[in-house]
Amino acid sequence: MAAFYSFMAVLALVFIAAIGAGSAGMYTLFGVAIPYVALLVFLAGFIYRIVYWAKSPVPFSIATTGGQQKSLPWIKNSPWDNPYTVTGTVIRMILEVVTFRSLFRNTKIDLRVDNVKVVYGSAKFLWLFALIFHMAFFTILIRHMRLFLDPVPACIQKIEFLDSILQVGIPTLYQTDLLILVGLTFLLLRRIVDVKVNYISLAQDYFPLFLLLGIAISGIYMRYFIKADVISIKELTMGLLSFKPALPEKALETTFFVHLFLVSCLLAYFPFSKLMHLAGVFLSPTRNLPNNTRRQHYTNPWNDPAIKPHSYAAYEDDFREKMIEAGLPVEKEA
Amino acid sequence: MAKLPPPEELVKINYSTPVKGWMDVPADFRPGTFSYPGKPDILKYLGFPNPREWSPTDADWKLPPDWREIIMKGFRERLDKYRSFKVFMDICVRCGACADKCHFYIGSGDPKNMPVLRAELLRSIYRGEFTVAGKILSRLAGARKLEEDVVKEWFMYFYQCTECRRCSLFCPYGIDTAEITMMARELLTLVGCNINWILEPAANCNRTGNHLGIQPHAYKDMMDFLCEDIETITGIHIEPPVNKKGAEILFITPSGDIFADPGIYTYMGYIMLFHELGLDYTWSTYASEGGNFGLFTSDTMMKKLNGKMYAEAKRLGVKWILGGECGHMWRVINQYMDTMNGPADFLETPVSPITGTRFDAAAGTKMLHIAEFTADLIKNGKLKLDPSRNANLRTTFHDSCNPARGMGLFEEPRYVLKNVCENFVDMPEETIREQTFCCGGGAGLNNEEFMEMRMRGGLPRGSAVKYVQEKNQVNTLVTICAIDRATLPPLCDYWAPGVQVAGLHELVANALVMEGEQERTMNMRQEPLPGFEDAEEEE
Repeated sequence: MAAFYSFMAVLALVFIAAIGAGSAGMYTLFGVAIPYVALLVFLAGFIYRIVYWAKSPVPFSIATTGGQQKSLPWIKNSPWDNPYTVTGTVIRMILEVVTFRSLFRNTKIDLRVDNVKVVYGSAKFLWLFALIFHMAFFTILIRHMRLFLDPVPACIQKIEFLDSILQVGIPTLYQTDLLILVGLTFLLLRRIVDVKVNYISLAQDYFPLFLLLGIAISGIYMRYFIKADVISIKELTMGLLSFKPALPEKALETTFFVHLFLVSCLLAYFPFSKLMHLAGVFLSPTRNLPNNTRRQHYTNPWNDPAIKPHSYAAYEDDFREKMIEAGLPVEKEA
Repeated sequence: MAKLPPPEELVKINYSTPVKGWMDVPADFRPGTFSYPGKPDILKYLGFPNPREWSPTDADWKLPPDWREIIMKGFRERLDKYRSFKVFMDICVRCGACADKCHFYIGSGDPKNMPVLRAELLRSIYRGEFTVAGKILSRLAGARKLEEDVVKEWFMYFYQCTECRRCSLFCPYGIDTAEITMMARELLTLVGCNINWILEPAANCNRTGNHLGIQPHAYKDMMDFLCEDIETITGIHIEPPVNKKGAEILFITPSGDIFADPGIYTYMGYIMLFHELGLDYTWSTYASEGGNFGLFTSDTMMKKLNGKMYAEAKRLGVKWILGGECGHMWRVINQYMDTMNGPADFLETPVSPITGTRFDAAAGTKMLHIAEFTADLIKNGKLKLDPSRNANLRTTFHDSCNPARGMGLFEEPRYVLKNVCENFVDMPEETIREQTFCCGGGAGLNNEEFMEMRMRGGLPRGSAVKYVQEKNQVNTLVTICAIDRATLPPLCDYWAPGVQVAGLHELVANALVMEGEQERTMNMRQEPLPGFEDAEEEE
């Protein structure tokens, strides 16, 4: 049901854009106003969320240690999975963000009821397809920078070249266009097919998947099927960027407005959703802190020095006679 | 007490999901799956709210009239105090990687034991009460209102989590269910819903210095009794120093080990080791507890109980502190102690008086783990060991959750173990080191009434023990945790009968060749050593 609602919601967004910018011709609204508002909401929301998180302190240093600690010099430690230095922690974070190292550990269990055994299998598909999706998404985002930069920098051209290195079709196929569909489809099907994941899934888990699929499909449709007029699109995007928005002379395709509207929705939705894991992963105290709190002091800003242990004096008062009788030393004789 | 079904019945676990959504499935308080609530006099002693007689199976939990406001206020306060709480409420994508990492989920099949759903029990309230989208879209946004059934559900599932952090290792964002469970337990405590097995030890520890409520004279008696056993085994008479001012080292270990089999053998091992080294050290009755059930109650209680260690070190004028074998004790010492009660400027960085090794890893807390201490002794050839005395033992090692994922203490105990026992084999890699599985009774859940759930949660560990038992004829599970020494024997009896549980320093004591000892014919359990079995029979 959650999947269905989410699908319908994205479909509705597609229709809104198709009708609004297509039949009703509200080009300025969909091409200028909504993108501006969406970007504004994205930026403000993103900053708000970071500030909201950052306002709360990290009272304790609670790294999840994933390997041998640094203790005796002759015992080899795991510098990245159990870092005790800032450098080690930075490497741990980079590996986490770029290679999804924790997800790579994933296993799956199988219970053998007949001989009472739990066995563990490899489960790398989630890691693989999640990485495919995120890498493809990131590359596509970089590629799109050509619409906002004039002249197009060499590095972006290099990425475009590499992304189309197979040289298939006209216009040449970007591999990431296929890969993002593969990644998203896997993530979506997994949510629907895997009973456990299905049971925990909420509408807000399906909605971004459908939204991203909508964005990817409309983009692919524009590039490979209707071969949208990129020059005119760049006129619009450069105008938006220079705060002199103007619609290009040649009318833009409806698909473009659908694409742009879905992207606007994604931007506006982003800061208020689980998609903020993008920023949150950097603030996760089990990953971004070194395991060094036995070596050096870590300060809790709200540590209350008034909380004292039950004092020895009170303890001795309670048990003095019994202590003396047992031959235990006491501070004050009875 | 509920009757425990046999293993072949219990293992028939249903992993299918209910037809109803999880918000529509109320918590079912079946005997064996929950712990008894805190007794009113214990709550009163600790100054905790809403002391009363109640049972989770009652329809009316006698919550205070303004319970909803209390919880919401507590929720808001904790969001402001802990960034972890805020971030973990916001960023979960429900990828489900954590789902089958939880021992309670593996053993019960209850979807609310998937770490993700355990956290959703709180997140749904966070959304429903603190976010605009949650307030408007309600269930469609995964949000709900705080009702009494939610409190009951929290009590059920946050006391079915052992804060072992295995899920946090696999989470791509490091979301730590232990952190979430701690918050939830604090919220529950605000309205008087907590369990006696945690609160009574905490109350005892405050007054008598240890969880078991052993008073100083009784502690001394028990120690003397164990020393008599040492004399029987080794012929050496030892009088361990207690509450001795001016000693170089203060030694602190969990009280469970002075009290019950098989922990006592480890306790005797410490006494023998320190005697053999001629260590200038002391025990303390005021700080006679290494463990800290405050960790399972609230940050305030944890700090209060932990504070005794430094207070006693200061009073006795020692140079540094040595800590015994314990699990959650070391999470507290490694990640909380110095922050809460440090810096301990009056102490010095631990230096082994025997080897001269300076332990920089403990330069802040000034507290060293006994496995690090002993590993250093062995590496430097300072101990005379005869591993053949453990030749009848085929051992494997259970990594306790907290020293594993809250510290990273893996090689030190294994190094010691391999030097005192020649037969050692590890369990499958998915069940040891950072991936280790809980004993099923951590975080204050090692009580009798919770036995069915403990055995369920113990399934992954039990299965791994059974694997090495069948494949490598393992007969001894070695561990460095006092709670493990209490929880693993019934677990092994249930899932891998024939495997006994021992502490690391019990095996050290078996192998330790002491100056002036009589011919050793018995191990610490007063069973014949290998080669002396016949002598026993002849007598």
